[in-house]
Amino acid sequence: MATVVIPAQLRKLTGGKDRVTASGRNIGRLIEDLERQFPGFGEQLLQDGDVKPSIAVSIDGEMGTGGILEPVGENSEVFFLPALGGG
Amino acid sequence: MAKKVVVEATINGEQTEFLCEPRQSLLEALRDILELTGSKEGCLTGDCGACTVIVDGRPLCSCLMLGVEAQGKTIETVEGLAQPDSLHVLQQKFLEHASLQCGICTPGFLMSAKALLDHNLKPTEGEIRYALAGNLCRCTGYDKIVRAVADAAQTLASGKGRGGRLGSGPSASEQTERFLQGQEVK
Amino acid sequence: MAASSNAQGYRVIGTRPVRHDGVDKVTGRAKYGADYSFPGMLFGKVLRSPYAHANIKSIKVDKAAALPGVKAVITASDLPALPDKMEQAGEMAINMNQLSANILARGKVLYDGHAVAAVAATSPHIAEEALRLIEVAYEVLPPVMSVEEAMKPGAPILLPGLRNKDEGPDKQTNVATHLQFKRGDLNEGFKGADYVVEREFKTAMVHQGYIEPHNAVGIYNPDGHATIYCSTQGSFVVRSLSAAVLGMPEGNIKVVPAEIGGGFGGKTTIYLEPLSVMLSKKTGHPVKLTMTRAEVLRATGPTSGSTVRCKMGCAKDGKLVAAQIWMAYEAGGFPGSPVGAGAMTIVAPYNIPHLLVDAYDVVVNRPKTAAYRAPGASNAAMASETVIDELADKCGIDPCDFRIMNGAKEGTPQTAGPPYRRIGFIETVEAIKSSPHYKSKLEGRNRGRGVASGFWFNVGLQSSAIVNIHTDGTASLVIGSVDIGGTRAAQAMIAAEVLGLDVNDVRPLVTDTDSIGHTDVTGGSRTAFATGWAVYEAAQDAVLQLKERAARLWEKKPEEIGFDNGQFTAQGDGVKPMTVKELAGRLARTGGPISGRATVNARGVGPAFATTLVDVEVDPDTGKVEILRATVAQDVGKAIHPSYVEGQMQGGTAQGIGWALNEEYFYDDKGILRNSALLDYRMPTCLDLPLIETCIVEVPTPGHPIGIRGVGEVSIVPPPAAVANAIAHAVGVRMTELPMSPPRLLKALLGKRGSTETQAAAAGR
Repeated sequence: MATVVIPAQLRKLTGGKDRVTASGRNIGRLIEDLERQFPGFGEQLLQDGDVKPSIAVSIDGEMGTGGILEPVGENSEVFFLPALGGG
Repeated sequence: MAKKVVVEATINGEQTEFLCEPRQSLLEALRDILELTGSKEGCLTGDCGACTVIVDGRPLCSCLMLGVEAQGKTIETVEGLAQPDSLHVLQQKFLEHASLQCGICTPGFLMSAKALLDHNLKPTEGEIRYALAGNLCRCTGYDKIVRAVADAAQTLASGKGRGGRLGSGPSASEQTERFLQGQEVK
Repeated sequence: MAASSNAQGYRVIGTRPVRHDGVDKVTGRAKYGADYSFPGMLFGKVLRSPYAHANIKSIKVDKAAALPGVKAVITASDLPALPDKMEQAGEMAINMNQLSANILARGKVLYDGHAVAAVAATSPHIAEEALRLIEVAYEVLPPVMSVEEAMKPGAPILLPGLRNKDEGPDKQTNVATHLQFKRGDLNEGFKGADYVVEREFKTAMVHQGYIEPHNAVGIYNPDGHATIYCSTQGSFVVRSLSAAVLGMPEGNIKVVPAEIGGGFGGKTTIYLEPLSVMLSKKTGHPVKLTMTRAEVLRATGPTSGSTVRCKMGCAKDGKLVAAQIWMAYEAGGFPGSPVGAGAMTIVAPYNIPHLLVDAYDVVVNRPKTAAYRAPGASNAAMASETVIDELADKCGIDPCDFRIMNGAKEGTPQTAGPPYRRIGFIETVEAIKSSPHYKSKLEGRNRGRGVASGFWFNVGLQSSAIVNIHTDGTASLVIGSVDIGGTRAAQAMIAAEVLGLDVNDVRPLVTDTDSIGHTDVTGGSRTAFATGWAVYEAAQDAVLQLKERAARLWEKKPEEIGFDNGQFTAQGDGVKPMTVKELAGRLARTGGPISGRATVNARGVGPAFATTLVDVEVDPDTGKVEILRATVAQDVGKAIHPSYVEGQMQGGTAQGIGWALNEEYFYDDKGILRNSALLDYRMPTCLDLPLIETCIVEVPTPGHPIGIRGVGEVSIVPPPAAVANAIAHAVGVRMTELPMSPPRLLKALLGKRGSTETQAAAAGR
C-alpha cells in the first residue's frame, strides 16, 4: 500500500487526515482508489482523463513524468503539488 | 513625406553613399539600408548603448543621431573591428574571458571599449567602468567585461596584438580639448 | 586558463574553451530576430490601450487600412475564440482563451499597453502612422493597481468569469487561486519559540530587463504552412501556442529560433509571433514585428509585485520551530503569478517542523506577469531571509552558522512535502564562510555586511539530440535548446568528452522545430541538465554504432570492442587501436553514415541553492547604497564550462541587486506606467557594481550521468535580502519594502534619526 500525503486544502475531503494509504500500480489506479475512499477526491486531481496540468506528482521524492501512467511502488510515498515552471 | 536624401560617409574605412529619409536614425540607416545589423536596437532613447558606434572618434548612440547627420563623417561599427583573418584584441579577449552570454550588448560594448582604448591604454578599473557605464548588460553583471577590457589594454600597451583605429580624425579627448578651447571640432 | 578540479578525470568537461558561436557574436554577424530580412517584407506595429482598465465598445480600422502603404489591419476578431480553461502546453499549464486575449484584447483591456490591433505596412514609420488612424471607443473603468485594492470587498472586477474555490461558483472575485501548505501544529510551534519576528514586506513589480526587445518575422505560404523567425527561449512553445492562437495545425508552423538577446523567462511565451503570421496571411508577404522598449516594459511580462507577511520563531539556541506566511502576488491582467513557487521556496533551505503558508494569486490592472528567473522566489526570500537575519541577531548567532544549524539536507521535507534527495545547501553556506570576502574585515562608517540564501527547484522536461559523425572524424551536434548564455558550447563539450574528440571538432547547431525532436524551453535551469543528458546519450549511441563498425573491420563481435580515451580497441594480434577520426574514414564501406540520437524526459532533477554575501556602504545624506563587495556560492552539481557557470552566478546576482536597490514599476493613479524607458526603469550599470566573486560548489545530482545541477536561476534569489541585511548592519534600519531606493532608505534613516533624537530628548540627555 502506498502512502499518499494529502495537500492541506484537500484534507477536508479525507476527514482531516494528512496521510492516507491507497493502492494502485500507477497514479491513475491510485487516484481511482482515492476516489473510492473519498468521493470527490478524483475530480480535484484529474482533467480530461489525466492529471490536471496545474498539478505535479512526486513519488518517493522524484517528480513523475508519466501522469496517470507513472508507476507507484508497493511502499511509495506520493505527493500532489502545484506544477511550476521556470524562467 | 520629405524626399530621401543622399548621404556620403566613410563607414569602416570605405567611402559609402546611401539614400535615407530625414526621419530615419543613423541606427536605422546602418541596419535597414546598409544591412550592417551588428549595431543593435535596445531602447531608442540612448539609455542602453546597444547601438553604440564611433563617429569621428567619439562613441555615441546611433539611435540618437539622424542618418542624414552622417554626411561627411567617419563612422566605425562592430563590423569594422576584425581583419579578414584575425580578430581585434578586444574581440579576442571578450571570447577568452567569456564576457558575453547572450551577446546582444557585445557590439556596443566593443565599440565603447575601443573608443576608451584608442586614447587610454592604462585605464584603471574605475575608468573602464566609467567609460562603459553607458552600455547596459543584463546577463553578465559586467565582471568579465571589465576583466576583458583591462586585459586588452595590457596587451595593446605591451605592443602585442592588433588594435588601433580604423578611421582617421581626432580622438574623443582631443575633440573635447579643442571644444573647450573654442576651436572648431571637425 | 587552468582546467577546474577534475577528480573524474574529464578531458573536456571543466575546461574553458572559446564558445563555438563566439566569433559570430563579437563580429556582429550573429543573427538575432530583428536582423532577419526577406524580399518583399512588410513591417508590423501594434496599437495599444492607453487605459489601464476599460471595455472596448468598438474598433474602426477603415481609415488606417486606407492609408497608402498599409496592407492589412487585424484585431481579435481575426483570431478564433479558444476554450476558457487550463490546458497542458509544453511545460506549462495555460488558459488559451486568456493567452489569446493577452495577444489581442477581446472586449476588454486590462492594462496600460494591452494590445488592441496590429497593422502591416511597407515601412515601420507608415505602420506607426496607421496606428494613429485606428479609432477605438473605450468605456473607461476604475483601475485596480495593488493586491490590497484587488482583494478589498467591492473592488472593481477585472474578469467577470473568474472564480476561486474558497469563494465559490457564484462570487465574482479578483483572487484567482488560493494555495495552502501546512505541516505540524503552528500553535505548538510558536509556543516553543523564545524569539519571534513578524514583519510585512512589499516588493515592487520588476522586469527581466533583457536588452533585446521582442521580435518576430512571420511568413505564411498559400499552402497553409507558415514559418516564424523569432528570438525565443522555446521554439516548440512558440509553435504550439501560436498554432492554438491562430487555429492552425501545429505541424503547419515551423519555428526557426534566432539568436536571442536575453530572456530570463520573459521570452517563454508569445506576443508578436501569431500576429506576424496572421498579417503575413492577410498580405501575402513576410511581416516583421519588433517591440520598442516602451512596449516591452508596458506590455510584456514583468514579474509580480507582492505583499508577504512572514512570522518565524526560534528557540534561544537558534533552532527554528515555526513559520507562518501569508503572501499575495500580482498576476497582472490575467491569472498566473508565481505565488505557488513563492510559497514553496520561501523557507525551503530550512528544516522547520511547524509551517503554514497561505498564498494568493491576484489579478490587477498591470501586464500579465511572465516568468523571471526563479519566478516568485526572490520576493519570498526577501521576507524570510531578513526575518531569519533578525532571529540570528536576537540569538547572538552568526547568520551563516544559524543557516547551517537549521539547514535542509537529504531527507528534510520540502514545503510541499516530498523529502529532499542529495542537495548542497549547507555546502554553499560553508563556502561563503571560507571565502576571502567573509574572512576580510569590513571597516568604516555606514558600512555593513549581509548574507542570505535562496532555493530553486529547477526542472527536467524533454530534450532531443542528434550527433552526426562526419567522414573526416568531426561531429555535428544538433539540438533544439536555444543558446542564451553559452549552453551550446557546454553541449559540444559533453559530446566531445564522450566521443574522445577535441571540443573544436564538435560543431553544435541549434535548429528549428522540424529539424530536431521536441525540446522544451531554455529556461528553468534545465538546459545543461536535460539537454546535456540527451547529448550525452546521443553521443553514447554514436559510440555504440562506431563500435559495431570497428567490430566489422576487425571481424569481432561488437561486445569485444573497447572504447577508452578516444580509441577503439580489441584483443588480438594485428588489432591496432583506431581513433574516431580513423574509423570515420571507413564508414561508407562498413554500413554508411552514423547518427547517434537520444531523447529524454529528464527525471531526478537536482534543485539548486545559493548563498550570497554583500558589503554595502550607505550614504546617510542621500540614502544611496553602494555595493562594495559581493560573493556568491552556488551548488552547480558539475560545472561543464566554469566560465559560463560563473557568468550565470554573476548575472543573477546583478539582477538581484537591481531588484534590491532601484528597479520598480511606477504607475500613476490612472494606472498608466510612468517609467517605460530605461532611464527611469533603472537597471544596474557597470558603474553600480563591483567585480562579483564566485564559489562553485559541486554536489552532483544523483542519477545524472555527469551529476549536473541547473545553474541559471537561483543566484537571483538571495541578493535583495542579502542587501537588506547588509543595510541593517550598516545603519540599523530594517527595510521591508523593495526596492530600497534612495528616497525610501533616506526616509527610513531620517525616521530613525528623528526617533532617536526624540528618545534622547525625552531621556533628558
